[in-house]
Amino acid sequence: MSAVSPVPKISVRNLDFHYGKFHALKDINLDVAPREVTAFIGPSGCGKSTLLRVFNRMYALYPNQVATGEVLLDQQNILDRRQDLHHLRSRVGMVFQKPTPFPMSIYENIAFGVRLHERIKKGALDDRIEAALRQAALWDEVKDKLRQSGMRLSGGQQQRLCIARAIAVKPDVLLLDEPASALDPISTLKIEELIYELRQNYTIVIVTHNMQQAARVSDYTAFMYLGELVEFGITNKIFTNPSQKQTEDYITGRYG
Amino acid sequence: MEKPQLLSRLARLWDPLFKGTTAVLAYLVLALLVAICVALLHEGSQAFRTFGWHFLVSKAWDPANNRFGALIPIYGTLISSLIAIVIAVPVSFGIALFITELAPRWLRQPVSAAIELLAAIPSIIFGMWGLFTFAPWFSNYEPWISDHLGSIPGIGALFRGPPFGIGMMTAGIILAIMIIPFIASIMREVFLLTPPMLRESAYGVGATTWEVVRNVVLPYTRTAVAGGIFLGLGRALGETMAVTFVIGNAHSVSASLLNPGYSIAAALANEFTEAFSPLYKSSLIALGFILFIITFVILVLAKLLLLRLERAQGEST
Repeated sequence: MSAVSPVPKISVRNLDFHYGKFHALKDINLDVAPREVTAFIGPSGCGKSTLLRVFNRMYALYPNQVATGEVLLDQQNILDRRQDLHHLRSRVGMVFQKPTPFPMSIYENIAFGVRLHERIKKGALDDRIEAALRQAALWDEVKDKLRQSGMRLSGGQQQRLCIARAIAVKPDVLLLDEPASALDPISTLKIEELIYELRQNYTIVIVTHNMQQAARVSDYTAFMYLGELVEFGITNKIFTNPSQKQTEDYITGRYG
Repeated sequence: MEKPQLLSRLARLWDPLFKGTTAVLAYLVLALLVAICVALLHEGSQAFRTFGWHFLVSKAWDPANNRFGALIPIYGTLISSLIAIVIAVPVSFGIALFITELAPRWLRQPVSAAIELLAAIPSIIFGMWGLFTFAPWFSNYEPWISDHLGSIPGIGALFRGPPFGIGMMTAGIILAIMIIPFIASIMREVFLLTPPMLRESAYGVGATTWEVVRNVVLPYTRTAVAGGIFLGLGRALGETMAVTFVIGNAHSVSASLLNPGYSIAAALANEFTEAFSPLYKSSLIALGFILFIITFVILVLAKLLLLRLERAQGEST
């Protein structure tokens, strides 16, 4: 299944996942290439978001959710009991389906995450915040109102704020869980352009319902169905010449 | 042909009738509020006319000579409720935090249920327990409080006093226990209202449970948390039976919280049967009117505070 040649950023080995008794991921094996965009597609309930939430151990908040197997981030198994979640999440940032600005100012929304991980002087923090907002293509729109509440921005701006918040912590990996599903077409386009820019510096894993989006933004695509990884490979090949019948059916819109 | 017509005419009548009935019921509550206020003011007017505004600031309470003042019960009501809030808020916060964020899943339901059952205990039970069990036990520790906290400069005077067991502090503690279920369950509910995705976002940037609660859950829910606290305060101010049992019912004002005091509700409960002179009775009703106004003002303040917080949340932080 591994379609990636260089040393992978993330390697998933024999991963199984249970919500209580429900077997949500079945023996997943896959490699995520560094500084590329990997998309997970598949119908609702196929396990694509679940797989994404294993990469930063978000599932660990919920006591009945259990992952077994191995997920190696730079050769280190993050499923290890001794894994420091605080540190893991500084290396693996996440953006959610809906914009989730914290109830604080635009500036503080970004400063919050940075301060959790390092002691930083005011000037350096200002620079870091500006850099993050520039990378998230939001700086020009908010530079005069950094003290305003982040909750007053438009949906698309809020989502870019969340991306800025995630990258300000300087992660290696960005997890995007349907980041544009709650946005209008123009905001969606902006987010997609942003993903294209960000792949130069980050390893990006995106879950999406929207197959055109996956085709547009990703280098690799994994098609999942009922908790199994059906097909994984270079996006172009998956969309033009899939080797599995199921993949072809899904991509041509026959179900899902 | 006739039947459908009749039906439609009925239906046309039914809607305004329904609307009218519900409107009357709703306005009835408002009318009742005004009526109670007017009745209290009317019945208490004799006291207000006799003593003027001195009624509010006078310490006198002398039925034999027909001299009455409300200062001591007002002071006792406010201070005992304040003690209750100071104790109940942090405890409730801890309970709500534990239930929503820290407790293992199987423990959450039983603990929440137990907290809410505390609210089902009749207040007179709290009063009896306070008088017969808590106060004697507490009086063993009052000398310690007096010795150790009494020497703190500034606030020491609050804690110097005789070990009676009953008094302002005991009333405050009992009130705290009584309002904890209300404040804790409101806090728990509003903490749960925080969108899971927002909480996950904070965990997602590497925050610890405490950091998530401190920086995200609390700011997100602060309006509702303030509402819960003021609801608790409202209950504490008006609580009668438990306070009457343990506050000491002494018409004296003292700096020490260990000394017996009095509250408006306790004064009313104790003295209504003895109020033979019209002025005495009028003074008690005037006290009731004052309690009504205090609780009313607290609720209005709460609303204003909530509005201000909401607006602040909209603009910036």
